[in-house]
Amino acid sequence: MITVENLTKSFPSRNGQVLALDGVSLDVQSGTVLGVVGPSGAGKSTLARCVALLERPDSGAIRVDGTDLVALEGTALRAARRQIGVVPQGDSLLRQRTAAGNVALPLESAGVPGPQRRNRVAELLDLVGLTDKAGSYPDQLSGGQRQRIAVARALAANPSVLLADEPTSALDPDTTGSVLAVLDRARAELGVTVLVVTHDMSVVRRICDDVAVLEGGRVVEHGKVLDLVADGASRTAASLLPSVDQNPAAESAFDRVADIVLVGFAAVGALLPEATSRFGVQLSLLGGGLTRLAETPVARFRVGLTGERADSALEWISEAGASVQRTLKGPQGVAA
Amino acid sequence: MRSATPWSVVFEDLAKATGETVYMVAVSTLIATLLGIPVGVWLQLTAPGGLRPRPWLHKILGFVVDLGRSMPFLILLVVLTSLTRLILSSSIGPTAAIVPLSVGSVPFVARLVQNILSEVHVAVVEAAVTTGASTLRIVRSVLLRESLPALINAIGVTAIALLGYSAMAGVLGGGGLGDLAVRLGYQRFNDRYLWSTVVVLAVLATLVQYGFNRAARGVDRRRHASV
Repeated sequence: MITVENLTKSFPSRNGQVLALDGVSLDVQSGTVLGVVGPSGAGKSTLARCVALLERPDSGAIRVDGTDLVALEGTALRAARRQIGVVPQGDSLLRQRTAAGNVALPLESAGVPGPQRRNRVAELLDLVGLTDKAGSYPDQLSGGQRQRIAVARALAANPSVLLADEPTSALDPDTTGSVLAVLDRARAELGVTVLVVTHDMSVVRRICDDVAVLEGGRVVEHGKVLDLVADGASRTAASLLPSVDQNPAAESAFDRVADIVLVGFAAVGALLPEATSRFGVQLSLLGGGLTRLAETPVARFRVGLTGERADSALEWISEAGASVQRTLKGPQGVAA
Repeated sequence: MRSATPWSVVFEDLAKATGETVYMVAVSTLIATLLGIPVGVWLQLTAPGGLRPRPWLHKILGFVVDLGRSMPFLILLVVLTSLTRLILSSSIGPTAAIVPLSVGSVPFVARLVQNILSEVHVAVVEAAVTTGASTLRIVRSVLLRESLPALINAIGVTAIALLGYSAMAGVLGGGGLGDLAVRLGYQRFNDRYLWSTVVVLAVLATLVQYGFNRAARGVDRRRHASV
């Protein structure tokens, strides 16, 4: 696992120091995937460079399995770097080496002898599904394949943490899927802790267990993706849940209008129909929709209710585990 | 009017002079490469943003290199005569010419090398850094290996520049094709020497260029290289 504690980093600029990271703390449990998201200029790259041990923070700690790596130098620093596999932003493969040669680079740095090195390279090429490209040069590979080789390289020396800096920024949606699948597989099969820095919410949607939202160098939201989504009011929910269009004309016909966030198979499948029959209310879907976060179905619906027991129905839905928010008509705050 | 020197004599002199020129250029290119590459690497490592930034050392080193490059070769030849005599206890002949030729081209090679190494993408170098590789390994496996085609081309450029300089050195007692062209061709109005020397020099330059181009392409694994 990796913990980032109170990291600050500033850079000199024309108007004095610019604070890129302002007390950032994160923690990622072993075998989980944390997505760090945020607008450009939020400090994502600086954070990634600090975690990659390429940039030294002004203060704070970066602990991998308990050991602080920030102050290390020389040989100790090089050894520490092997604990963190990095998929850097942009094209980072050696163009004069084959795919296999690129994957072998960290093993050479670690002094792994030849035969063992070849076995390990073969395992990793298999993990990323590019065994048949072992002898190809980067220029003969597609962008997605190159990125998967970069992931294999990052994993070569058996790091406990995998850091990916904008791993999908240069890829089209189809290829993005193949790269994310490889990251997910690394977590599942090797048990590495994954930290993905990205501006792309679809990365969070597809592979992240946890998410941290960075803004102005601070973490403004940090938690389990499903918890934050179920909350409904979080930034994560705002960007991951299906959007709901405003339609006042249609909404005026109902006694109560509410946004309901449902997480999980049971909730999405059964909650609303059961509420209808239990409380004898008429319930109509006005908008929203269904999506998936990794394997979990998640829905946000705007519903209109008609019937005497509409408030009770909403309350019951909320007690059953759904988040019911923004009751647009009637008593405010039925359940937040 | 004297009758022209028979071609058989011209050819014999030409062969000897060509041998001397090839010897001078080959050895001095080799020495310039062996000394120039480390200096170029050093320049790049100490540069701001390099792997071992040392701004002051970089500035001083850069200044010395540029001083060396700004020195007209003819001056260097004269200035280095005593150094040559010190090393070889002679300042005459092709071997003696190798000293100023090598010394003169080390700064040239160093700058070329530094420029080439600075072209290796930061992301590629940093990726190697994050693998825990030592600076020495990064220099060898990343910086030098990634720029090998460009380095080979740069050595070719150096060799051709040295071919030109060797003619100058030749006139000042170094022997070789330059000496032949000036002493026998130009000063004695012997067109056969003059023009045949020019032809041989042109052929040598072309061959060197072709050879280095081939070699550079041969080691390049990027796709556009084979087109």
